[in-house]
Amino acid sequence: MRSFSYERATSPGDAAAAAAATAHAKFVAGGTNLLDLMKLEIETPAHLIDVNDLALDRIEETPDGGLRIGALVRNTDLAADRRVRRDYGVLARALLAGASGQLRNKATTAGNLLQRTRCPYFYDTNLPCNKRKPGSGCAAIGGFSRQHAVVGASDACIATHPSDMAVAMRALDAVVETVRPDGTTRNIPIAELHRLPGDSPEIETVLQPGELITAVMLPKPVGGTQLYRKVRDRASYAFALVSVAAIVQPDGSGRVALGGVAHKPWRVETAEAELPNGAKAVSARLFADAKPTRDNAYKLPLAERTLAAVLREARV
Amino acid sequence: MTRVSFDVNGETHQLELDTRTTLLDALREHLHLTGTKKGCDHGQCGACTVIVDGRRINSCLTLAVMHQGDEITTIEGLGTPDGLHPLQAAFVEHDGYQCGYCTPGQICSAVAMLAEVKAGIPSHVTDDLNAPVRLTNAELRERMSGNICRCGAYSNIAEAISEVAGRSA
Repeated sequence: MRSFSYERATSPGDAAAAAAATAHAKFVAGGTNLLDLMKLEIETPAHLIDVNDLALDRIEETPDGGLRIGALVRNTDLAADRRVRRDYGVLARALLAGASGQLRNKATTAGNLLQRTRCPYFYDTNLPCNKRKPGSGCAAIGGFSRQHAVVGASDACIATHPSDMAVAMRALDAVVETVRPDGTTRNIPIAELHRLPGDSPEIETVLQPGELITAVMLPKPVGGTQLYRKVRDRASYAFALVSVAAIVQPDGSGRVALGGVAHKPWRVETAEAELPNGAKAVSARLFADAKPTRDNAYKLPLAERTLAAVLREARV
Repeated sequence: MTRVSFDVNGETHQLELDTRTTLLDALREHLHLTGTKKGCDHGQCGACTVIVDGRRINSCLTLAVMHQGDEITTIEGLGTPDGLHPLQAAFVEHDGYQCGYCTPGQICSAVAMLAEVKAGIPSHVTDDLNAPVRLTNAELRERMSGNICRCGAYSNIAEAISEVAGRSA
């Protein structure tokens, strides 16, 4: 690990200002992803700004009937919150499908959104990766790509976003609240937070340098049957090959977002009009522009079947 | 170098550490509490599990300087050779290991896991998110999935934990 200096921030605004004013600074909260990458020297911050003292660890009810989830709320606490369990079941289910008990105790809401891909070529510093070293190429394209993206990828990168939580938040139309280094705040719909790789896969979100996530807002509950189905190589403690977050209403309408298939949680609102017509019709719209590799073409039928299983379960 | 102080097994320690020092390395290399094990060093195996302020975490994925004022419990703080923690006794009774390298992490994890069940925290295999949690075998195995045993002593580990869970229920 490269050496770094360390400070504990005392307010969100100060943290953002310090991050913008210090060369190669990074925020650290749970640290479960950042420390892993620092040990491998994939992340090499010169300065760490510990944000754990910021009072961003509460879940509050908003005036419009939704919830405001502080950026530092741990994954365990968010999944266990009785309001989340009752009104946002898809979110509780997605959180519980991710990582291990130990990691969920540390991992934060904002950190989960900003975690890096688990593409094995991103992790292998001996091989090219445009995300790790812009311009070096992509070893996953033409490599062993069964875990990789089937839609929304580019000639520069076919990595997927690893989060389960973010997929549920996408289905729930969450809004990310931030503070910028100049002290101003803004709200970013989660649909706009993560970028597709294009020709700059190293830029993963629309956050500006130093911009700090302070909370995630959930709109008022939408009801329905809320499910999260994750397909993976082992029954627990593994990343998704394909996952489906679904909110299905009694009249058959609803929302679906998929994980494990793209560089961001994958939701196509126009595909949802096909929900009453079944998984095949929805899947055709979701993956109209899919460009799978030889290794990951299985994800297309797998996604359709997972969606079908979820829709069947929602009708029971 | 950065100063930090925290409690380990009821005793306060003041350390001056390179900021890169993980909590795991602070425990093993600076405080010589070698019960906590370094397995993968990347949060994938659970051998380094300790309990911080009542919660189980991977001590390899957190910096020691981030734990100012925290209360840390390691395997050395749970029991002694003459006064085993009930879970330690159950692991011996049920032969819940072969090589034993994952055992301290398994036991620290299990202690905190049972507290999570008591607090009503649901898991991936909990059928009804709004009902009280019952520690079935499937629940136990899902909740312990962050602790890998390469010898494959899982069935005996599950039996040891089940026995203690049943006793305290």
